[in-house]
Amino acid sequence: MSVDAVIIGSGPGGSTAADVLTQAGWNVVIIEKGRNHLLDPKDLSKPASDFSNDEVKFMDRYFLGPDPFLEPRTFRVSVEEGDRSHVGEVNSIPSTVGGGGTHADGKTPRFREVDFAMLSEFGPQPDAQMADWPLSYDDLEPWYAHVENAIGVAGTEGANPFAAPRSGPFPMPSGAPMYASTISSAAAEKLGFHPYAAPTAANSVPYGGRPACNNCGFCAFLGCPIHAKGDPVALLTRTMATGRAELWSETYVSRIRTQGRQATGVDYIGPDGVERSMDAKHVIVAGGAFETPRLLLLSGIGNELVGRNLMCHYQSIIVGMMPFDVHGDRGRAVTHVHDDAMIPDKRSIQAAKDAGLPWIRGGLVEHSGGGMPAREAKIYPWGANHGELMKNSPMRRHLFAFIMQGEDLPYATNTVDLDPHIKDVRGFPVARITYRPGRHELVASQHYGPQLEEILLEMGATWTTKTSSPGTSYNGPHATPVPESRHIIGTARMGVDPATSVVDEWGRVHGLDNVIVADSSVFPTSAGYGPTLTLVALSARAAGHLAGVTPASLS
Amino acid sequence: MLIWLSESEFATLQSVCDRMVPKSDATPGAVQSGAPEYIDTLLGAFSFDPPRIWAGGPSSGRAGGVAAFKNFHSLTAMDELAWRTRIEGSQGIPEREFNGPVIGLQQAYRDGLAALGSDFDALTPEEQSERLHATPDFAEMVFTHVCEGMYGAPEYGGNRETRAWAAIGFAGDVQPRGWTDQEVSAP
Ligand SMILES: Cc1cc2nc3c(=O)[nH]c(=O)nc-3n(C[C@H](O)[C@H](O)[C@H](O)COP(=O)(O)OP(=O)(O)OC[C@H]3O[C@@H](n4cnc5c(N)ncnc54)[C@H](O)[C@@H]3O)c2cc1C
Ligand code: SF4
Repeated sequence: MSVDAVIIGSGPGGSTAADVLTQAGWNVVIIEKGRNHLLDPKDLSKPASDFSNDEVKFMDRYFLGPDPFLEPRTFRVSVEEGDRSHVGEVNSIPSTVGGGGTHADGKTPRFREVDFAMLSEFGPQPDAQMADWPLSYDDLEPWYAHVENAIGVAGTEGANPFAAPRSGPFPMPSGAPMYASTISSAAAEKLGFHPYAAPTAANSVPYGGRPACNNCGFCAFLGCPIHAKGDPVALLTRTMATGRAELWSETYVSRIRTQGRQATGVDYIGPDGVERSMDAKHVIVAGGAFETPRLLLLSGIGNELVGRNLMCHYQSIIVGMMPFDVHGDRGRAVTHVHDDAMIPDKRSIQAAKDAGLPWIRGGLVEHSGGGMPAREAKIYPWGANHGELMKNSPMRRHLFAFIMQGEDLPYATNTVDLDPHIKDVRGFPVARITYRPGRHELVASQHYGPQLEEILLEMGATWTTKTSSPGTSYNGPHATPVPESRHIIGTARMGVDPATSVVDEWGRVHGLDNVIVADSSVFPTSAGYGPTLTLVALSARAAGHLAGVTPASLS
Repeated sequence: MLIWLSESEFATLQSVCDRMVPKSDATPGAVQSGAPEYIDTLLGAFSFDPPRIWAGGPSSGRAGGVAAFKNFHSLTAMDELAWRTRIEGSQGIPEREFNGPVIGLQQAYRDGLAALGSDFDALTPEEQSERLHATPDFAEMVFTHVCEGMYGAPEYGGNRETRAWAAIGFAGDVQPRGWTDQEVSAP
């Protein structure tokens, strides 16, 4: 069979491309290696009811995959560590219909103008491959607006004084603020910061045929039982409703086939384990920034930059013990954030100078508290005091945290490549991650951490402590060098020049006419914001360009 | 009724669980909460059809809605390969050994409980703790499962009568009731 496009991956990136292309009248096949727990198997244009408030299922038993036994990844800090230092889970984002969109808590800030022009606006950094994007915020703005409406983003216009201009309002107002975040926001404001209600792809009111979030509290890492989170269920259900899409789950694309400048289709292995081929006029790759470069490498596609410049967001985690119950088990995982650590000021300029760096930037600071009880229980040591600790609950009920998603710079030595020995269940080499944060990330973390501690003290914290992921910045419980940010970026960077980039501004792989990358692999720099809304807007823009449609012609 | 462990293994496991999270005035211990039963259910998950790996959705019935947690998901062949290997070990079966042999949870428990010694139940709490600290990998595995068994959903065999949730003031799964905006934003 031959279709207009085969889309590899059904996460936010692939689902968005599918939505735009089917609206434009294309016939597509979406191939997803994970299982379908998102859509009703009897009618794929409706959501399923497999998700639940179940900590064991989602947090301990890989319900959404990838199962690290079937599909391990490997990790090393640098080549000096040999082939690898760790096998198993490495920053896993779900492998399932809907990808990571199923369990992300869906904060969806836009990037700002400067984030598209870091080389011009901020300048180079030692060892980093700083670059401008081949497009500007203005180029992307109509697509930001389009996808915000499509997935349903709740937000408050004007709440973030640093935000880039918008062509229209958020489709719905912000949801209920969590109690402790109202206190952290007041404290932050008092100290001169600018907290705001995080734009979030979770319905605050009924929207798109889906109900409003009912604040169940099992949000980050778990699927939404009522499908108030819109990305990508909103896109996939309406894609399937067009009748122009097929969804093949439990099917792994093992190779993109090419002939000269053309991809002719893909080889895939279905649930029966048999390898087959299909033809397609276009191939859209949206496997996420680990699996996309892996597939390109397995297919021999792209130049020697494929897999390089991996960025993850360096997390600084600053926690304080509060004398009050933060009751973080009610509401979405995070309702407030602030951008101040991305805006240079006198102090950050001085800190950079002191460290001998041209500049530093932190990242979005998430205000968060609470957690689930089995996770808390595992942190306390076993023994006679365990029950008492759980009852008093210093971790779950009283710890409040600021998590700064620090901007990672692109380093050519941080890579995804194919592990020389470890295979997945189907016999293909797995992705090997080589990653070490650079000096910029560590200096920025050391600079902004104490500022966040000040806010915690202002909130009334009785003590504070700092940790980081990977655990290189502060000594603490997160001592693992494996990053945990779940923001995976940059391994097939976009640019005008094929000598310094893998894809062009439309995601098209240099040297091939019809292979498009539609996920956060294409980001040349990482900003300090969650990547999802931006990758989704880029995917829509690339698909729109391919099919000759604009946001104005789409619903 | 035991599912996979023998009577004597289960008795030793109970002693281990009791050492790890003993009952206090304020909270039930691991044994009173059913953590040993959670572990036995995990080890014997494939005695059930569908296997007791993933509880169903979208709600348990405890906060309204349908009581669907009890309808465990069926597994695909790939899911079954992963979970049988994790629980039963690779046992020389080639399709389970694509990255080498795997020791399963069943063997890890059988060997770990045996290594504690047949006199474990009769030891003083201090002596029991000492033996557990001498086998840190085993102790960590059991403790991880104890925490899941105490504070996970009761459908997995533990958290008897949701006692552990009640003791720590945790509401448990709340769909479809959820929390009102007022409950989210107020102290
Ligand atoms: C707990 C959590 C919270 C998060 N919160 C936020 C947040 O607040 N804001 C934010 O911006 N981001 C957040 N993220 C990150 C977000 O999930 C990702 O940015 C997003 O999912 C990436 O979308 P994607 O489509 O590029 O890739 P993915 O979501 O990773 O989807 C890729 C899909 O492709 C499939 N696939 C890969 N290779 C193949 C192949 N060869 N054949 C077939 N299928 C394949 C995979 O199985 C997967 O389902 C969070 C993530 C987690 C885990
Ligand atoms: S908090 Fe809201 S969006 Fe998150 S899982 Fe619960 S109902 Fe869904």
